[in-house]
Amino acid sequence: MLIPHPLLGLRDAQEFTYLGDASLLNRPDPVAPGAEAAFCDYVFLRDNPAGVHRELWFHEQGDRSWLVVTRNTVTHEILSAELASDVKAGAAQ
Amino acid sequence: MIFSGFKVVKEALNGYKGWGPLWRNPAPKPSYDIVIIGGGGHGLATAYYLAKRYGLSNVAVLEKGWIGSGNAGRNTTIIRSNYLLPGNQPFYELSMKLWENLEQDTNFNSMVSQRGIINLIHSDGQRDAYRRRGNAMMISGAGARLLSRDELRQMVPFLNFDNARFPIKGGLMQERAGTARHDGVVWGYARGADRLGVDIIQNCEVTGFRIENGAVQGVETTRGIIGAGKVGVSVAGSSGKVMGYAGRRLPIESHALQAFVSEGLKPTIPGVITFGAGHFYVSQSDKGGLVFGGDIDGYNSYAQRGGLPVIEDVLEGGMALMPMIGRARLLRAWGGLVDMSMDGSPIIDRTDVDGLYFNGAWNYGGFKATPAAGLTFAHLLATDTPHETATAFRFDRFNRGYVLDEKGVGAQPNLH
Repeated sequence: MLIPHPLLGLRDAQEFTYLGDASLLNRPDPVAPGAEAAFCDYVFLRDNPAGVHRELWFHEQGDRSWLVVTRNTVTHEILSAELASDVKAGAAQ
Repeated sequence: MIFSGFKVVKEALNGYKGWGPLWRNPAPKPSYDIVIIGGGGHGLATAYYLAKRYGLSNVAVLEKGWIGSGNAGRNTTIIRSNYLLPGNQPFYELSMKLWENLEQDTNFNSMVSQRGIINLIHSDGQRDAYRRRGNAMMISGAGARLLSRDELRQMVPFLNFDNARFPIKGGLMQERAGTARHDGVVWGYARGADRLGVDIIQNCEVTGFRIENGAVQGVETTRGIIGAGKVGVSVAGSSGKVMGYAGRRLPIESHALQAFVSEGLKPTIPGVITFGAGHFYVSQSDKGGLVFGGDIDGYNSYAQRGGLPVIEDVLEGGMALMPMIGRARLLRAWGGLVDMSMDGSPIIDRTDVDGLYFNGAWNYGGFKATPAAGLTFAHLLATDTPHETATAFRFDRFNRGYVLDEKGVGAQPNLH
């Protein structure tokens, strides 16, 4: 499987380690009311879709950037890859 | 259809014309007391024990393809009860006891073969950990034996004992462990359940739930709506998809796990050998093929197939452990879908929808659990209380902080 790294081009997926659902970028506010339940959901529950899935990959044996890869879990087709730092910055605006 | 020595002789003389199907192929009734989704080993075992032990036979098993075509037909058929944690080990030991009596119980040859499993040891720290595990196994009645390097050399002389990275220093053995014939297990339970009145409905995919006022009323399927007093979901691999129809998120990711078989060889491997450090385990089937596997591919997948990197990793592990495997030709490689849970342990529990019950999150270990998962899930469906060996397998263990993490790696499914 080749991942289209936004800076480095097509890279073998073996250079990466996999973390999981990209919703892990959205860490709950630890001081908000209901934080305990929110963290329980955040840590343990997943959408786990059969189809398009946005997920975090770490380019461990490359430039050590975190990517958000959009991939189909049924066909393994990769639809896009973005730098997680860009996704996070976009979400904050 | 009944098996007997007389029948075998009669059919041999009669051109085998009298063998009929082992189970009926009924059309779905409008409703059942209990509907089980998933006609794999677990779903069929659940139906069998519901009818046999709890007297509930107005039961249907719904299967989207043909029975045993999912993980029941894609695993490496190992049975064992060599776990460490108190919440796990008594359950797997119950399963081992049921395996030992399975053929007498179902009157079907499931080819249960207790040829033993050996977990290899490469360091003093690992020996300490396995000695502790062996003690836990003995406390549960499973039995365990710590093997020295010399004993191991006599039993399995073909291993590479002097590998530079992982020299073999000994092993932990469970002599009662072994293998069973996956199809024989599925067919034995299917035939047994059918004879007790359970409807096994194949080519019937569930596409949704009927839930009213927080209580399940039935399921929507490709063969129409089927009413149900209770619904048991037993679809490991596709748990996220099916429970998604009820709007529920799970502490599970679906991953692809691959397995391999070589051409048939003369008897060469006495039991099951696991080389955890090298991501490789192997046994030999009754037909002679070496059956082996390793790690999951490591990213979410519903594809029932894996990629080349894991194939290479497993074969490298095999070559490191037993170089003679390089002379065998690889016959087939395939993949199945596993529910990888957040602590590496299963879930058998009620849900927050009345009448909806869940059995899944089996990680790598669903096949060996088949009899006990069937029995304990049937107990839960029949009595609304968890079976005494399955009290740790609740959904709320994550919120309460009572995770069952055998490896201690935390909420990272691809590391379990």
